[in-house]
Amino acid sequence: MNLLVNLFRSSLGRKLVMGATGAGLFGFVVIHMIGNLQVFAGAEVLNQYAILLRTSEELLWGFRLALLAMVGLHLYCAITLTLDNRRARPAGYQDKRPLGATIASRTMMVSGVVVAAFIVFHILHFTTRDIFTDYKAWTIELHGREGHDVYRMVVHGFSIPWVSAAYIVGVGLLCAHLSHGVQSFFQSLGLVSTGYQPIIRAAGVAAALIIFLGMAAVPVSILLKWVS
Amino acid sequence: MNVSLRVWRQKGPGTQGCFETHEARDLNPDMSFLEMLDVVNERLAVEGKDPIAFDHDCREGICGMCSCVINGEPHGPEFKVATCQTYMRSFRDGDTITIEPFRSRAFPVLRDLVVNRSSFDRIIQAGGFVSVPTGSAPDGNAIPVSKEIADLAMDAAACIGCGACVAACKNGSAMLFVAAKVSQLNILPQGKPEKDRRVLRMVQAMDAEGFGNCSNTYACEAACPKGISVNFIARMNRDYAVALLKNKPA
Ligand code: HEM
Ligand code: FES
Repeated sequence: MNLLVNLFRSSLGRKLVMGATGAGLFGFVVIHMIGNLQVFAGAEVLNQYAILLRTSEELLWGFRLALLAMVGLHLYCAITLTLDNRRARPAGYQDKRPLGATIASRTMMVSGVVVAAFIVFHILHFTTRDIFTDYKAWTIELHGREGHDVYRMVVHGFSIPWVSAAYIVGVGLLCAHLSHGVQSFFQSLGLVSTGYQPIIRAAGVAAALIIFLGMAAVPVSILLKWVS
Repeated sequence: MNVSLRVWRQKGPGTQGCFETHEARDLNPDMSFLEMLDVVNERLAVEGKDPIAFDHDCREGICGMCSCVINGEPHGPEFKVATCQTYMRSFRDGDTITIEPFRSRAFPVLRDLVVNRSSFDRIIQAGGFVSVPTGSAPDGNAIPVSKEIADLAMDAAACIGCGACVAACKNGSAMLFVAAKVSQLNILPQGKPEKDRRVLRMVQAMDAEGFGNCSNTYACEAACPKGISVNFIARMNRDYAVALLKNKPA
């Protein structure tokens, strides 16, 4: 009981929750990126993978609920911590300097909120298929199992410039978020010892950059008609 | 050299303040920043005006009393230097210098540039000590401490408790101060028995004072006149997580 109260009330407790849920979401993003890159292996591979993901309805919903819980906790801590922070300085400075703080670190709430909006759009687009309702009818059969023609959906979606642009902005801000978030996770959970900080900071930025390139490669290749 | 000051003036706690402009003329570039304020104050006194109130004591960078945000930087432009050890040669002739008090809900302004930092004292009272039975002094080397551990504890103990970390942080967080004060004891064998209780109580006291939360931007480290490392923050986060998992009452 003490543990839970401290975890959700105290400053450090909420940072632990923030870091742990952020790390979980980071893991999801990496797996998602690897999944997406299968678009370069062709329609059959990607659709096969999509069918595999839906093998078990129970497992699928288990993962979805876990992700939802992580986003919910992350968002709860982000909002309550940010409100505390606003209250902590009622009168501001005339002359403000960032003093070494990166832009990404000072705009975590902005990048986070845009990412949240992007996630909603992304789910409406590819998961519930409510942005382009034609997608609902695009089904295929592969090795005797029925599924959605995810490949066709992806190619159609990203052939539309504004959809690709929204996607690239979304993952761009996600990666700005992660460029600070990855090292922040190690710091908040106390997993840094003396001397490792520069390595962890550089690795966080590198990881964010790799994710950006991996994610953005799909819409860019489709817009340039390398994948069709 | 001559400079123009835009300085925050406020009569008392909770009253409305505003910026005032004062000219500081015929300065020696080797004067300290506080000596420059002394010169301005002497003139104000002669003119029958209220001198600019500012905090200071040792004027040699060790007590932590001096404060002020100078041109947007706590303790002014020089790296790892307190206001009292900042010299006018760090500015240019003709500069306009903005001087503001440290801004934080937990550091209410008392007058002009003077803020009340007793919230820090209350955090120390919550756990920044070791409890020892009184009696005759223990033998000097009864508890062996390795050089590395002694050095690390000393690095944390270099904190002079000035509050520049709070002033610099965009969230007004006191994490660097509290982390240094928790670590200087938690690292040493003498501090180990109260390790968990110390971190839980000091964090609780920090939260109760209304400081903001750390978002790992590390502006505190850049502003710290003693160069306290944010590694101590990671260390405190770890100590806190371990103490939480043990789940004993604070
Ligand atoms: C749902 C919208 C989101 C919002 C509003 C949001 C907001 C925030 C905020 C305010 C922070 C704290 C910044 C700091 O203390 O340095 C943070 C940290 C973090 N976020 Fe997010 N975020 C969101 C989504 C995500 C996603 C989708 C991921 C991962 C893919 C993620 C990963 C992280 C990580 C790793 C951290 C560092 C945690 C720490 O400080 O220990 N966030 N987020
Ligand atoms: S007056 Fe003592 S540290 Fe500056």
